[in-house]
Amino acid sequence: MKLRRKRRLRAISCGANPQHFDRSQIRIYLYLIPICIVMGLPILFIFVNAFKPLDELFAFPPRFFVRNPTFDNFSNLFALTSSSNIPVSHYLFNSVIITVVTVFASMLFSLSAGYALSKKRFKARSLLFQINTIALMFVSVSVSIPRYFVVVYSGLYNNFLANILPLLCMPVGLFLLKQFIDQIPDSLIEAAVIDGAGDFTILRKVIVPMTKPALSTVAILAFQSAWNASDASSLYITNDSLKSFAYFLSTISSTAGNSVAGKGVGAAATLIMFLPNLIVFIILQSRVMNTMAHSGLK
Amino acid sequence: MKKSLTGKHTVPLLLAPYSIVFLMFIAIPVIVAIGLSLTYFNTMNTPRFIGLDNYINLFTNDSVFMQYVLPNTVVYAVFVGGVGYLLSFFLAWSLSQITRWPRTIMAIIIYSPSMTGGVLLSTVWNVIFNGDRTGYLNYFLMKLHLIDQPVQWLQSSRFLMPIMILVTLWSSMGVGFLAILAGILNVDREQYEAAYIDGVSNRFQEIIYVTIPNARPQMLFGAVMACVNTFQSSGVGVALSGSNPTPNYAGQLIVTHIEDYGFLRYEMGYAAAISVVLLIGIRLLSSGANRLFGDRD
Repeated sequence: MKLRRKRRLRAISCGANPQHFDRSQIRIYLYLIPICIVMGLPILFIFVNAFKPLDELFAFPPRFFVRNPTFDNFSNLFALTSSSNIPVSHYLFNSVIITVVTVFASMLFSLSAGYALSKKRFKARSLLFQINTIALMFVSVSVSIPRYFVVVYSGLYNNFLANILPLLCMPVGLFLLKQFIDQIPDSLIEAAVIDGAGDFTILRKVIVPMTKPALSTVAILAFQSAWNASDASSLYITNDSLKSFAYFLSTISSTAGNSVAGKGVGAAATLIMFLPNLIVFIILQSRVMNTMAHSGLK
Repeated sequence: MKKSLTGKHTVPLLLAPYSIVFLMFIAIPVIVAIGLSLTYFNTMNTPRFIGLDNYINLFTNDSVFMQYVLPNTVVYAVFVGGVGYLLSFFLAWSLSQITRWPRTIMAIIIYSPSMTGGVLLSTVWNVIFNGDRTGYLNYFLMKLHLIDQPVQWLQSSRFLMPIMILVTLWSSMGVGFLAILAGILNVDREQYEAAYIDGVSNRFQEIIYVTIPNARPQMLFGAVMACVNTFQSSGVGVALSGSNPTPNYAGQLIVTHIEDYGFLRYEMGYAAAISVVLLIGIRLLSSGANRLFGDRD
């Protein structure tokens, strides 16, 4: 009897988030580890392939791991120019600008709107938030055609801003920030007002420090959508010098994908595309988890 | 009603930047889509009003839509959205059962495929499903003598859809998965203890009576994200096979059907009608999800 109670207590102690390793966790590892290997292999493959010399990329039988790692693919990539004589580094530079501007602007836009919707009292407040919540489900590819017309008629066609503006509208970002700002006690803001702070001082000194986890989440989402975006470059922009690196990668993988040099260059470009995603996510992941715990749909 | 914390005069300024991009890229496109869907528009002439003809054509005359696109979309949505969602819950729950460091590492591994959206997805998987004998899958299966000839995986109407589902499932453990994981980890330990005292006796009951009710907001968020991801990733068939329409329409989904009519045939009115049908479908799905996980009171 006593023994059984002891066993039951142990079961309780690992409801979720156990502190210590326990024998009962072994069966979880037994299937999680194979799943992780299967899911991680293609990712590992991105890394391995980028360093394969050409003869290994075309080796038959194909080999998974690289024997003689080399940086040739990278130097070939940067020696390459597109059909209109634009060096690869130019696309990379475009992508960096697009990404940096998108990340900061989308944080700023969502933060100020989230602050207004959370802490200000005005008529359309709850209506606006409801509209945004419906838009959480918005699938941008479904209206790619009307979007194209909006871009053309607003004069954004062939404008560098066409790479950025469509990405700044992130209903998820506004949603997460609003939920997060809701948790900041009004008294803190009242205190700041008494000290003579205006809205923009409050945003900078009170809201930003207290919403850092949510801001990191918005940053990560904006980063991924901006860095990986090729749609704007292929639909809204015809001038090659304004296009993004992701677009460039899609052209080498489709046109030169089967040529001998194209494969190595493509592998290197793929790694350059993927790596920043991974690094940014690893740096910010604990904050992302923190945000997600505090703002589901309620 | 409570007083505003600071003056109201800054509200328009605070809301303006977001509202402008929201209007430009979500609200106006949706309205334009609804308007265009009632017209015949080939981008050369001005749109001509034709009432509901596009919708009638879509459901009665478009054999490709009824025969391939709609069934494909349903199958794809059930597997990628439905099964993907269950899988993300299952993986999140499993991760919550182990200690912190292995959990963090495995969560990063499981999440990382979702960063390979769009361009990356096809460059990675094309190598594996390559149609000649240097493709990894072909080589592997030939070595095991399961097949004699290399299979054109991505050009085959039999295999394209399963491959699309597999690839999308692989890359679908994104923000929704993280939200569910965070929701489960956030459940109070006392809740579990109380439940065990009340007679919960195994893991399955624990999930049903404690974990899901407590993580419901995050589960709903996860469901919404799963739904968005399903439709947002619809281009995967075109990306993998390299052509739109996909071989024998095997991987044709509503979104690729829209692009086929809009950007390749320039029948913008008709394409807009398909968009509207898709938007309505997504809206219905989301209210369904809301009913399932939302607050019942």
